[in-house]
Amino acid sequence: MSERSGTRTIKVDALARVEGEGALYLRVKDGAIRDLKFRIFEPPRFFEALLAGRGYAEAPDITARICGICPVAYILSSSHAMEQALGIRVTGPLRDLRRLLYCGEWIESHVLHAAMLHAPDFLGLDDALQIAERDPQLVRTALRLKKLGNEILEVVGGRAVHPVNTRVGGFYRAPGRARVRALASELEWALEASTTLLRAFAGFDFPDYTHDYTCVSLRHPDEYAITEGRLVSNRGMDIAIDTFLDHFGEEHVAHSNALHGYLGAGEPYLVGPIARYNNNFDQLTPLAQGAAREAGLGPVVNNPYQSLLVRLVETLYACEEALRLVRAYEEPDASCVEAAPRAGVGHGCTEAPRGICYHRYALDETGHILEARIIPPTSQNQKQIEDDLRGVVAQNLALPDEQLKLRCEQTIRNYDPCISCATHFLELTVDRE
Amino acid sequence: MRKPKLAVWKFSSCDGCQLSLLDCEDELLAVAGAVDIAYFLEATRARLRGPYDLSLVEGSITTPEEAERIRKVRSQSRFLVTIGACATSGGIQALRNFADVDAFARAVYAHPEYLDTLATATAIQDHVPVDFELRGCPVNKHQLLEVVNATLNGRRPNIPDHSQCVECKRHGTVCVLVAHGTPCLGPVTQAGCGNLCPACSRGCYGCFGPKEAPNTAALSAKLGAEGLGGRAIGHLYSTFNANAPAFREESQKHE
Ligand code: SF4
Ligand code: SF4
Repeated sequence: MSERSGTRTIKVDALARVEGEGALYLRVKDGAIRDLKFRIFEPPRFFEALLAGRGYAEAPDITARICGICPVAYILSSSHAMEQALGIRVTGPLRDLRRLLYCGEWIESHVLHAAMLHAPDFLGLDDALQIAERDPQLVRTALRLKKLGNEILEVVGGRAVHPVNTRVGGFYRAPGRARVRALASELEWALEASTTLLRAFAGFDFPDYTHDYTCVSLRHPDEYAITEGRLVSNRGMDIAIDTFLDHFGEEHVAHSNALHGYLGAGEPYLVGPIARYNNNFDQLTPLAQGAAREAGLGPVVNNPYQSLLVRLVETLYACEEALRLVRAYEEPDASCVEAAPRAGVGHGCTEAPRGICYHRYALDETGHILEARIIPPTSQNQKQIEDDLRGVVAQNLALPDEQLKLRCEQTIRNYDPCISCATHFLELTVDRE
Repeated sequence: MRKPKLAVWKFSSCDGCQLSLLDCEDELLAVAGAVDIAYFLEATRARLRGPYDLSLVEGSITTPEEAERIRKVRSQSRFLVTIGACATSGGIQALRNFADVDAFARAVYAHPEYLDTLATATAIQDHVPVDFELRGCPVNKHQLLEVVNATLNGRRPNIPDHSQCVECKRHGTVCVLVAHGTPCLGPVTQAGCGNLCPACSRGCYGCFGPKEAPNTAALSAKLGAEGLGGRAIGHLYSTFNANAPAFREESQKHE
């Protein structure tokens, strides 16, 4: 950091506690932002291209490797797309098992982000280990909760990172009744534990910043949408996922290896916990709604820093939902719905912990992939992240460089950006002239 | 006594292997007590200067910047251990090695000229000397803890190098290949995952990579006899360890 003759330059080599490598460039002149770029330089891995020519059944395992933090999102979005293309539907107990698996991923990912990646920002600390020095019990509770998320992934999916038991049509082997039911007692504890974390974090000092977001999420008639639904927004959009590409676009900008998502003629929009919460608050359970109110949240949240709390409300919800599914679990007669290869096109869209993850595949008559298109949540949020940063920086120009830098990092972490998904090392450069 | 310094580095990857370290929920606070976490971007803003006693490296080398950076990491590390298939053989992204990377870039990006990428995704050992390679896509967290523990205590990690088949026998898992004719790479894949796929009645897809001296030709013949076609056999070998020499050579026989 240096300050000389009116030009101030802040340079941070790496933004930490995000999943991936990215950078922020900011130039301020005469008290106004001249240039602001949120840059993702995670190297491209060309998934869409390397899927071409592979069998339909391979897509879930291959696309899972886009992201180690939310593999279930990729597995299920691609499986749904393939099932649509092949003309089969996974319903009843197998659908319930998929929802249970997804609850595991929400719990694991939300607790990791809220307690270990985001919370330190609100305490002015470097990491969760420093939180543990002050409040070991809190960190132990978070770790135990996170572990429970992973246990659900292991029991249902066979492995926490990159589950092995999932397939197009359902599962390789339905998990045994006793193992699934055995999750119940820890889930009962988890209802209490997620409420405890929510209470602890509700006491944080949330920066005073709000924005009227265009919130995009799934919505399902019968449940808080996770694995399926229609795509809706708080501005009246209500479309089938099959028409995603008619409404949303992506552009490739020079400063980023992740494509920027946009809505309509180029507008930013928000996906993820706040978008889901604002669109579907009415479908949360009374327990989750009550906990949200107690934490000071209304039915609409427009302060992006409060995403931390919304993640914990969703964690509580996911624990409750998982408990319901676990208690009702009986081994299904068949572990999957068989499909025969055929030509077709299919779309899949599910709610990854950080927002909607859209897949589209075209298959030839032997079931091999002709074309793949994958739009992960972080690339959809990128434009909105830049927009937030512009607003936050404009409001906080009076802050000293070091604090402004921290505030920017915190703002980016509101999104739990998974930069591995978006295409990690976040470099932040601020030039003040 | 000075605590050993641990660093975790990321190259082209999905983050799943470094996440496996954060997934050691029961051991994490103890590990953090025994070492100085000197560099681990996904977990902390704090950064200590090198040299580092142990560097865990995730990911493969896919850009000129990465090829440069791994040399710096090596020069600052006493022990360098690669974690996972990406770092050990190139990972899924190494499928580009068999294709035209410019065509790949054009297929995915509107402006391929904005990208700075290499034509290949390669293992860390193709660039710098590596002290130990831990397999898996992702690594097994118990094996990861063993490697950290052993390396910091100056002993060789206890990581078996026999095949996945041996694990099935040990666990009493019914052979999916013999009993159901399910294609399985277990005979040629290194053990270590904990016998996951066959226990789910699924064939092993080789995410731990080839075992020492695998008889891939014999396995391919058996797979052919079970009715698997040429392209499908090639695809079976070319997933998360496609660029590991034994798998690469075998898959190329079944183009
Ligand atoms: S080896 Fe697999 S799990 Fe590990 S970083 Fe690479 S893709 Fe992810
Ligand atoms: S059985 Fe094979 S593919 Fe499955 S997890 Fe183990 S090594 Fe990986």
